[in-house]
Amino acid sequence: MSRIQEAFKGKKAFIPFVTCGDPDLETTKQIVYEMEKAGGAALIELGIPFSDPTAEGPVIQGANLRALTGGVTTDKIFDMVKEIRQNTQIPLVFMTYANVVFSYGTERFLEKAKNVGMDGLILPDVPFEEKEEFDIVCKKYGIDLISLIAPTSHDRIRMIAKEASGFVYCVSSLGVTGTRSSITTDIGAMVKLVKEENDIPCAVGFGISTPEQAAKMCQNADGAIVGSAIVKLCEKYGKDCVPYVAEYVKSMVEACK
Amino acid sequence: MTKGRYGIHGGQYIPETLMNAVIELEKAYNYYKNDKEFNDELNTLLNEYAGRPSLLYYAARMTEDLGGGAKIYLKREDLNHTGAHKINNVLGQVLLAKKMGKTRVIAETGAGQHGVATATAAALMGMECEVFMGKEDTERQALNVYRMRLLGAQVHAVTSGTGTLKDAVSETMREWTRRIDDTHYVLGSCMGPHPFPQIVRDFQAVISKEIKEQILEKEGKLPDAVLACVGGGSNAIGAFYNFIEDEGVRLIGCEAAGRGVNTAETAATIATGKLGIFHGMKSYFCQDEYGQIAPVYSISAGLDYPGIGPEHADLYDKGRAEYVAITDDEAVDAFEYLSKLEGIIPAIESAHAVAYARKLAPTMGKDQIIVINISGRGDKDCAAIARYRGGEDLHE
Repeated sequence: MSRIQEAFKGKKAFIPFVTCGDPDLETTKQIVYEMEKAGGAALIELGIPFSDPTAEGPVIQGANLRALTGGVTTDKIFDMVKEIRQNTQIPLVFMTYANVVFSYGTERFLEKAKNVGMDGLILPDVPFEEKEEFDIVCKKYGIDLISLIAPTSHDRIRMIAKEASGFVYCVSSLGVTGTRSSITTDIGAMVKLVKEENDIPCAVGFGISTPEQAAKMCQNADGAIVGSAIVKLCEKYGKDCVPYVAEYVKSMVEACK
Repeated sequence: MTKGRYGIHGGQYIPETLMNAVIELEKAYNYYKNDKEFNDELNTLLNEYAGRPSLLYYAARMTEDLGGGAKIYLKREDLNHTGAHKINNVLGQVLLAKKMGKTRVIAETGAGQHGVATATAAALMGMECEVFMGKEDTERQALNVYRMRLLGAQVHAVTSGTGTLKDAVSETMREWTRRIDDTHYVLGSCMGPHPFPQIVRDFQAVISKEIKEQILEKEGKLPDAVLACVGGGSNAIGAFYNFIEDEGVRLIGCEAAGRGVNTAETAATIATGKLGIFHGMKSYFCQDEYGQIAPVYSISAGLDYPGIGPEHADLYDKGRAEYVAITDDEAVDAFEYLSKLEGIIPAIESAHAVAYARKLAPTMGKDQIIVINISGRGDKDCAAIARYRGGEDLHE
């Protein structure tokens, strides 16, 4: 059983996201440790910053900009993951954009990702129709390319679910990442369609920030993903953000139980 | 599986949220492009409203001034309603959106010409319109911001990233993922995810269709070279398209070199970019070694874009089209040159093509012909050029 599959085994998974290098990579490392140790996160998404993140709202756009301005690169992030892996077995998934992987050399990127101990990859600008050039290489290195489904996917859900691996990322709402006061999409119906095709965990992301929202999402799915609410803490507290993030993650993990 | 490929370029690299929207657009376009009623309606708009066909003008003084090398013709897209080639694509897309039952259009704009054209078509067809424009561009093209508002559009100044055209495209894509059902994204160039590069090219191809008919009538033969400026590349693909099969016709795209291709302040994608994936397509992009998109620069807001449409990238790969880089200085000189010599003020974008013609014509023979696509008029640029020259500050 892969580390990603284990993250969902017998429990609801809370999946926090953090942008690598915001405010710096040392802080990111500590955030990762504390999200697992103090917080109880099941799986962690590591954002590799991109100059023009078209699926992100202003909060994560800002984090990308801060990280890049601070001099973070894909290679420095690989080095950080290598260190993290010496201390924890928590499943780690990269979230970035197609060009970051493609320009590095898809083969070279995934070989390194595997070597440093990554488990999965999320590319929000690579839909089902374009996934093959990445998926072939992901499969070669045993990295799960995570598929996304959206409220607009409708009849595409079955097709996507059939070939999904790791877990399915259910996008809760229209629009870009960012906190929302309410989520109106029928997540249960989306998850049901996925499960009819493929016995694979489904985690919901986009717009979730409160424990109440997370609890509600976890009633209909196998996990909840939160990015912007955590990135806001990193922005607000900078290098001192670690305990605040850990405390927040803990409250969300509790809510998902 | 993958659609809309031009060689290795193109494709549909967009969030899942938008996939059904582009699939629906493709289906609608494939239906309406062969629908007689749609085409009649569009042709009426192009002829009665936009003022097509545009003139093909023999620039006798410019020809003579350049030493009587090649004969120079100007394709006068600047004479179209709203002052640029952008209206060709916009009338097609807004009409298509209306047929699809959409009630709202959104668009990105660089120099403001595409935004003005979209706001115009939206006013004409009774659609709601919102335009996203980089903050820096709203400042250097303040007149066009006023025009869009006058036409009833809402203009959003985009402050993310570098505050220029690429950020306007990103923000319009984000807005489309927020509100899809009633909204069509009128993409302004032959770029983005399939089917946009094809739709924009088809609607702009009227330019080369007319050039061909007009030059055959005037000269009885095809031109030796067709020149057009290239940012995303919509006026160029329009001017090239019907000549692609005519191998004797050189197709030359003129990119914005900004302060020079050896500086960081350039927007010349073919000269300085490499293969990448951005804004929905695989193509060439100005980027660093980690794939971070470069903050490009050109005096021309319309060419200030770090990528190029996928069909151009393929024409370049195949060696069918050539791409040359023109600096700010050369473009500004050409802007003034054409104004003084022919009494035609070209857009600073189009001036890049004029600048290359000044280099090319003297190397060619008297019996040869160059057609320059004057993609837009230069009124919008007067204040910025005056500033560039360090002269008077014109209040816009």
